[in-house]
Amino acid sequence: MTAARPRSPADAKDRSVRAAAGQPLRRYERDLVTPEGTVLKLRLATASERAGAVLIDFLIIFLALFVGLAAIGYAAAGFGFEGLNLALALASVFVFAMRNFYFIAFELGRRSATPGKRVLGLRVAARNGGRLSANAVFARNFLREVEVYLPLQFLVFGVGGDGVNGWIALLGLLWSGLFLFFPVFNRDKLRAGDLLAGTWVIHAPKIRLDKDVSGNGRAGMPESAANAYVFTPAQVGTYGIHELHVLEDVLRKSAPEVRSSVAERIRKKIGWQAAPGETDLAFLEAYYAALRRHLEQKLLLGTRKIDKFDAG
Amino acid sequence: MTELLKSYRFREEREADWQKLDRLLARAERRGVRALSDEDMLALPRLYRHAVSSLSVARSISLDQNVISYLETLCTKAYFFVYGTRSTIGERLASFLRRDWPNAVRAAWAPTLLSAACLFGAAAVAFLLCLIDMDWFWSFHSPGLSGERTPDATTDYLRSTLYTEATGLDGMLSAFSAQLFSHNSGIALFAFALGFMFGAPTALLLAYNGVVLGSFCALFWSRGLGYELAGWLLIHGVTELFAIVLAGAAGFMIGGAIAFPGHKSRLASARDTGQSAAMVAVGAMVMLFFAALLEGFGRQLINADPVRYAIAGTTAVLWGAYFYLPARAG
Repeated sequence: MTAARPRSPADAKDRSVRAAAGQPLRRYERDLVTPEGTVLKLRLATASERAGAVLIDFLIIFLALFVGLAAIGYAAAGFGFEGLNLALALASVFVFAMRNFYFIAFELGRRSATPGKRVLGLRVAARNGGRLSANAVFARNFLREVEVYLPLQFLVFGVGGDGVNGWIALLGLLWSGLFLFFPVFNRDKLRAGDLLAGTWVIHAPKIRLDKDVSGNGRAGMPESAANAYVFTPAQVGTYGIHELHVLEDVLRKSAPEVRSSVAERIRKKIGWQAAPGETDLAFLEAYYAALRRHLEQKLLLGTRKIDKFDAG
Repeated sequence: MTELLKSYRFREEREADWQKLDRLLARAERRGVRALSDEDMLALPRLYRHAVSSLSVARSISLDQNVISYLETLCTKAYFFVYGTRSTIGERLASFLRRDWPNAVRAAWAPTLLSAACLFGAAAVAFLLCLIDMDWFWSFHSPGLSGERTPDATTDYLRSTLYTEATGLDGMLSAFSAQLFSHNSGIALFAFALGFMFGAPTALLLAYNGVVLGSFCALFWSRGLGYELAGWLLIHGVTELFAIVLAGAAGFMIGGAIAFPGHKSRLASARDTGQSAAMVAVGAMVMLFFAALLEGFGRQLINADPVRYAIAGTTAVLWGAYFYLPARAG
C-alpha cells in the first residue's frame, strides 16, 4: 500500500489536506455492517437538505389546509347557518390531522419518507440499522410539537404583545430556537425527535445504472479504431483515481466545450499528438479506458494510486 | 488492447441480477409486498446477497464510480427491505392494543403516579385556596377566558350549565366533541414533548391544568353543587384526566431517561425510553378520542346524575382492568 513508501512529512500533510478537500462529504458517511458482513456506506442528510425537505412538506400542508378548509367552508355554506358548527368541527379535526399525522402517515409508509424528503432523495432509518418501528416514527414526530410549533407560537403571539409578554415571548423564542437549530449542532444531524426515537435521516437517492463509459470496454469498437489509440505506460501513469473519476463525470455529464478543453489539457499533459480526424469524445473515451485498465490492474496488485501526485 | 476490461466483464455478468432486484424493489415500494409473486419473494433474498457480494468485489476491483454508487444505493434499499418490517398495519394495531400499550402503561407506573401527583396535587391546593378565599379564582382564570362560569354568576346559572336539554342539535355536539379532541390531544402531545426538557415543563403544564380544574371545582363546591359537578365532570373526566396523566407520565419517562441515564449513555437511554414513552402518548390520544365522544355526546344527552356516575365508574373499572390486570401468559 501507499503508506509503506517513505515520504516527507510535508508531503504527507499535503496529501491529507488534499484528501479532505476532495472528499468534503466523508464526514457525513456512516458505516452500516449488514449481517452478511458487508459495510454499506450510508450518507446522512445535511441540515440544509432536511430544512429544504421540511419546507416542501410545510408548503404541501399549507396548500392542503387551504384547499381543504375552502372545500369544507364551501360545502357548509350550502347548509346555511346550520352548517357552521359542523364546518368548524370538520375543520378543526382536519387541521389537527394534518398538523400531527401528515408526517407520521408518510413515514410509516413503504418508503419511510414524506413527499418533501422523497423529492430530495432522503428517508428515515433506525440508527442501529434495525427496522424502523411505528413507535419510533410516532416519537420523532410528536416532538415536532416543541421543535416547530412551539417556536412558531412564540413568534406569532409574541409579536405585538405588551412589554412583559414581549420579553417572555422573546425568551421562549430563544429557548425553543435551541431545539429548532439542534440538528446543526450535532455530528449526526439529529433533531431532538431523532435523538429520542433512535432514528436518523439518510440519503436514498435514485441512481440509474448507466452505460459503462469505457466504450463498452472496447467491445463495440472496430479493431482499427481501437488500435489507433495506444498509450505508453508513461502516458497512462500520469493520472490517478481521482482524475479518472473526474474524467468519468466529464464523459457522462459535460457539454462539448468542457470536453474539448479537458481533452486539450490531457493531450498537452501526456504529450499526445492528435491524429487527423480524431474527435475529442473518441480520444477521451479511449484514454479513460486505458487509464482505467492501468489503474484497475494496479488495484488488483494492491496499489491504489489516489491522484496524479501519488507517485505509486 | 482488445481484451475487455475485467471490471466490465464483472459488471456484464451480474448486471441482469442487479436490474432484476431493482425492479422487484421498485414494484414492492409502489404497490406493496403483495405485488410480488411467490417466486419473486424467494428470489429476493438471493438477489440481495448477490448484490451485496457484488458490491464488496466491485469496491476492490472496479473504478467505475457509477457502478459502485449504483450498487451502494441498491444494496441499501434492498437491505432496508429485506431486514425491514414486514407486518401489516392491521397486525401492528392488534399487537398494540393487545400487548404493547397496556404493557407500556403498566411499566410506567412510577411516572404515572408522579404525573397524577402534579395534576391532582395542584388541583387540591387550588381547591383549598379558593374555598378559603374565592378571590384566588381570579389568579387562576383570566376574566376573558373563563366565560360566564365565574364567582360572579348566580348559583342557578351555574347549575344550569351542568345540564342541557337534549335539543337534538347533533351538529353542535359534533363540533363540541371535535374541538375538545383537538384541544385535549394538543395538551397531551405537549405534555409528552415537553418531557424532553428534563420533564420540568411537563410538571408545570400538569400543575397549571390541575389548578384550573381545582379552582373550578371549588367554585361549584362553594355553591353546594359538588355532587352535580362531579357527575358532569367525571362522565368523561375519568377517561380524559387519566389520559392527560398518562401523557404527562410519558413526558416524565423521557425527562427521567435524559436526566438520569444510569449506566447507559444519555443518547442510548433517551432512545430506549423514547419509543415506549411514545406508545404511552399515542395511547393517551386514543383515550382522549373516547373522552371527547363521551363529553360531546354522552354528557349532552344524559342529564341524570346517577347515570353519569354509573358511566364514570364503568370507564374507571374498564381502563383500570385493561391496563393493570395481569395479562394472560403467551
